Amino acid sequence: MNVSRSQCNRKNVEKKLSSAAQARPRVAPHIAVLPKSGIRDFFDLVNTMEGVISLGIGEPDFVAPWKIREATIYSLQRGYTHYTSNLGDLKLRQAICKYFQKRFGGKYNPNTECIVTVGVSEGLDIAARAVLSPGDEVLYHEPCYVSYAPTVSMAHGVPVPVLTSAKHDFVVQVKDLEKAVTPKTKVLMLNYPNNPTGAGMTWEDKKKVAEFAIKHDLLVFSDEIYDELAYAERSPSIATLPGMHDRTIVFNGFSKAFAMTGFRIAYAVGPHDLIDAMMKIHQYSMLCAPGLSQYAATEALNNCDEEREAMREEYEQRRNVIVKGFNDMGLKCFMPRGAFYVFPCIQSTGMTSMEFATKLLEEEHVALIPGSAFGTSGEGFVRCSYATAMDEIQEALVHIRAFLKRHKCI
Amino acid sequence: MAKATNKARILALLKRNARISAQEIADRLNITVEKANSIIKELETEGTVRGYTALISPEQETGTRAIIEVQIQPERDAGFDNIAQRICKFDEVVSAYLVSGRYDLHLEVVGNSLQDVAHFVASKLSTQPGVKSCATLFLLKKYKESGIEMDKEEGHERLKISM
Repeated sequence: MNVSRSQCNRKNVEKKLSSAAQARPRVAPHIAVLPKSGIRDFFDLVNTMEGVISLGIGEPDFVAPWKIREATIYSLQRGYTHYTSNLGDLKLRQAICKYFQKRFGGKYNPNTECIVTVGVSEGLDIAARAVLSPGDEVLYHEPCYVSYAPTVSMAHGVPVPVLTSAKHDFVVQVKDLEKAVTPKTKVLMLNYPNNPTGAGMTWEDKKKVAEFAIKHDLLVFSDEIYDELAYAERSPSIATLPGMHDRTIVFNGFSKAFAMTGFRIAYAVGPHDLIDAMMKIHQYSMLCAPGLSQYAATEALNNCDEEREAMREEYEQRRNVIVKGFNDMGLKCFMPRGAFYVFPCIQSTGMTSMEFATKLLEEEHVALIPGSAFGTSGEGFVRCSYATAMDEIQEALVHIRAFLKRHKCI
Repeated sequence: MAKATNKARILALLKRNARISAQEIADRLNITVEKANSIIKELETEGTVRGYTALISPEQETGTRAIIEVQIQPERDAGFDNIAQRICKFDEVVSAYLVSGRYDLHLEVVGNSLQDVAHFVASKLSTQPGVKSCATLFLLKKYKESGIEMDKEEGHERLKISM
């Protein structure tokens, strides 16, 4: 081969590639436009500070119950270090379906209507990819967990926010859904009990939203990860209402109820065709959820009712303390029905939620999350997590009161 | 699951931390301080709560402790109760249980020294009428008491902030 000619060819190829790269962005446009978390700077600030009391943590402060940790160790001892079925270990799926029926009321076939995922986040991702075609619209209520809109966008769908307000204790209203729905709407996403507001839906609320979904022939993605942390009266999953089973995928998991965030383990239950479509994506991208976490999850469902209930009880008592604390100092907040967040209104201070959070952090070393991080309708509010030890909650409340006094807000 | 009553909740809180303030109980349970105080009083007067005590770290604990397994000849009509109650009067006995199995009374005994405990067993306990035999098990190390582990688990890091 003629060496100089080959070098010349290579140069031409490189030249062509570089001009193509200029014309064609390296990062796909639909990913490039995704916003990075709007409060990254604020997070960085929190992480550089020493001695911060944080009400900004979205995970349990409890360590996973010992039974669960011990079962995980035991599974290692027995050499359970292999792949499981794509859908997840059958024993776990059986336990999930049995538990789900007992706790949330829906009946699912463990062989065909249940998939074990790596967190609810993965479940939502593969569900969106399984059902959305480019341009399909997805209704979701705001303020909400930060991943919903990006998950829809990454699946080439169009996220359509429906704002909720303190007037209705942040429960999505059908009249607002009616305004946002179009012939292109394919999915309605729900998340109650809600992060960040602590809002919850009553059985009546669920009936109204189910009627709306049926009327417009929508699929429903119901993220019920906080459903075990419900403090008001509990009602069955929206999927149990007439006409809802076949159009609803319910997402739930172990992170919140059993304090297992690091295990990254969750599940989705729904009609066979949708679970099957999700399974295709899951098998090619994830293969299966980590085996160890699956054994841990099975133990959680079979043997940890008491531990779960003890944690729920403690959250409920902390909720009472923190809600009273905020209301006593004039930052109005409603009594959350679930999850471990309160969402007090800080409009009376005249600050934006970001100003409030930043100043509070700098002056009192107390971290909480500005409501605006969860969507525009979160402006004027801050999210405070009570997944924090009681003495820290009490100390934080003292600091917040001092902060308000200094700024002449009380 | 049936919802716990406030009384049961207060009892659970006191069991976890007997020094919890009435104010904190009230805030936790969304009741008034007066109500919290009256329930505590009720628990005390009805005898549900018999007393409050401190859990002492093993390093700070003085004296020698032993578990004593006592076999007893029960009495007609009174069973084990008379003998057990008489044994409980000794200050050396810090806890006492009637148990099923190969012996009858399970005592925890404390003394200033090993000899002290041995003397108590030999001269006071085993000589009680009705006591058939005593097996003394000296305690070497305390790992857990009343639900509290003596060696605290190492702290675990959480992210300082997360969504």
